[in-house]
Amino acid sequence: MNAIELRNASKIYQRYGNRRQFATLKSALLSRSLVRDLTPAETFPAVRNVTFSVPRGQTLGVIGRNGSGKSTLLKLVAGIAKPTTGSVRVNGRISALIELGAGFHPEISGRENVFINGIMLGLTKREITRRFDEIVEFAELQEFIDTPVKNYSSGMYMRLGFAVAIHVDPDVLLVDEVLAVGDEGFTHKCLDKFAEFKRRGKTILLVTHSLGLVEKFCDEALWMDGGRMKLQGDPIRVVGAYITDVEKSEEQQLAAGDARARQSAVTISPDEPASAVLPDHPIETAVAPADMFRATEGRWGSREIEITSVDLVGADGTAGHVFHSGDPLTVHLKLRAPIALDDFVIGIGLFNAEGVCCYGTNTGLEQLKAVRILGDAEARFSIERLDLVEGTYKLDIAVHKADGYPYDYHRLLYTFRVKSRTKDVGIYRLPHQWAFSSSIEFSKDDEVG
Amino acid sequence: MFRNLAALVRYRGLIQSLVGRELKARYRGSVLGFFWSFINPLLLLLVYSFVFSYVMPAAKDERVTPFALFMFCGILPWTWFSSSLIESSGVLISGGNLIKKVLFPAEILPIVTVLSNMVHFFFGLTVLAGFLIYYQRPLSLTELAIFPVAVLIQLILTLGFALLLSALTVHFRDLRDILANLLTFWFFATPIIYPYFLFEDSNNPGDEAWQAHLLKLNPFTHLTITYQEILFFVGPVGHLRWLLLLGAISIAFFLFGYFIFDRLRDTFAEEV
Repeated sequence: MNAIELRNASKIYQRYGNRRQFATLKSALLSRSLVRDLTPAETFPAVRNVTFSVPRGQTLGVIGRNGSGKSTLLKLVAGIAKPTTGSVRVNGRISALIELGAGFHPEISGRENVFINGIMLGLTKREITRRFDEIVEFAELQEFIDTPVKNYSSGMYMRLGFAVAIHVDPDVLLVDEVLAVGDEGFTHKCLDKFAEFKRRGKTILLVTHSLGLVEKFCDEALWMDGGRMKLQGDPIRVVGAYITDVEKSEEQQLAAGDARARQSAVTISPDEPASAVLPDHPIETAVAPADMFRATEGRWGSREIEITSVDLVGADGTAGHVFHSGDPLTVHLKLRAPIALDDFVIGIGLFNAEGVCCYGTNTGLEQLKAVRILGDAEARFSIERLDLVEGTYKLDIAVHKADGYPYDYHRLLYTFRVKSRTKDVGIYRLPHQWAFSSSIEFSKDDEVG
Repeated sequence: MFRNLAALVRYRGLIQSLVGRELKARYRGSVLGFFWSFINPLLLLLVYSFVFSYVMPAAKDERVTPFALFMFCGILPWTWFSSSLIESSGVLISGGNLIKKVLFPAEILPIVTVLSNMVHFFFGLTVLAGFLIYYQRPLSLTELAIFPVAVLIQLILTLGFALLLSALTVHFRDLRDILANLLTFWFFATPIIYPYFLFEDSNNPGDEAWQAHLLKLNPFTHLTITYQEILFFVGPVGHLRWLLLLGAISIAFFLFGYFIFDRLRDTFAEEV
């Protein structure tokens, strides 16, 4: 027995042109364009040909990027939106945690709102009276239940909305990214409540960006992309495929961003101060800016030695912009020196998004004495384990004389992102190990939301 | 359409509590609170008494003295009608959150608007009753029996307008601005601040001026005359035939309004 069944369901939103938006009854009547104006200029398919079913008692997690049609899908299941084509069938009472407290009236008290909201969601007055204390306790609002809702904080408002919706005792629960309504404790309480629903054989449709939750909590996952179903099946597999896809697109974005930064680097003459250009615009000058470490992205130097290309190569041997914490990373440099030189230092600097220098070194500091460079050359800087915490990092790459005179200085022109399954904090993950005496016990817990 | 209409019965609990919420919320935060429902019509009556007794005394026609009381009988139902229409024209837009996020039959919103205004009308009636007693104008049993019929017909007519307007305003927001002016015109086109027999030749009853024929096209004329005959004038209710005709028209109009509303229903969630 399926609790939710969608067959070839599509939802096409109509996007009206500007003309339609400002059209009024008067103009519609005057120009006799009433019919024409009401026909859409453009249509936008938010959900296309979606077919799936959720058996009773199962939990389905829907993941996907912003604008992939997840929320529209949920609205279709909730019955708030009607499918343009295809069919949607739901067996049993639905409660949709879509907009919490949508029906609250700000002027009246929490108590009265609980009743009205409950009736709106399909409870009878008697049912609400019976569950009232439970609802208030769940929302942790015992002291404020007689205060008008307009005086509630947004968290209190959401908690009360959540508490009412979850006490409707639905057969099918629809959840749209609402776990962010409270503190840790409240989130855990919500998860416990979901688990209880699961135990009691209720069907849950969960739309979320919290992939860990989907892996841990759902029997099946559905990945929506551009309004279509991309992949459905085992949560671990679907989430894995989704993460890979997100990384790929991040990779493209970073590559495009780097290319843009390098292309738009403007050349300014040496006698013009670097500050004359826009402060956040990449600059390209022959001399170093006076305060080098305050400078934003840019490139400067005499180009007697030129850095012709920089590639970040990950574990799989291909150049990329997204790496996993703990993976190896190699920076490939291509250099060109038209005339032979014997005074040069190759340096590298690693900065995080806040501009903190995480690490910096150069060949001079590491006691490598330069002897000669001529023609095309290559250099590799290999990092055995990229033990950085998750975040975006930028690289400085430079070739300069031992006294600092720059040949070619690339300031923050290379961006890469580090992904991590562990949400540890700081900058650098120290290689470490935990050890416990036998009186402490842990069980391995997967990450939660 | 009729299935949706029948399904509304299931929502009577919700309609009831929403009307209660409207009434509670309206005066929340004011010092006098609920008493405003009584004070408002009372103040209105005072203003009209003052204007028509001192500022511009109306032509002395002993049939409509006291003139303020005469007007009050027409203004109370008119206020119910006009504020229902004005409020319901915006009710789907301001209640957009409910329509978009909660599974909720949208027609409940205009219905609640009309009903909560009806409750205010009833509060006003108690004030009117006080004055009727003060001026010693008793109601006959027949009149008492016809009164609820008139109220019911007005309710059906108002609901029809409210449904139609609320649905159309979602697509044409400028209806709200047109409506305010239209209602002002409508007010003066209804025999509320003048007696309907102004256009009758008093020597030759039945011979009516052209204005009287026009007035008869206005559905609210018949409601107003009925209320005035019941509450103000002594003697039998002579307008009953017209009232029953209006009743039939109101039912047809309500069905028409509901039909339009039902047809446009699916567009609300996208347009509000």
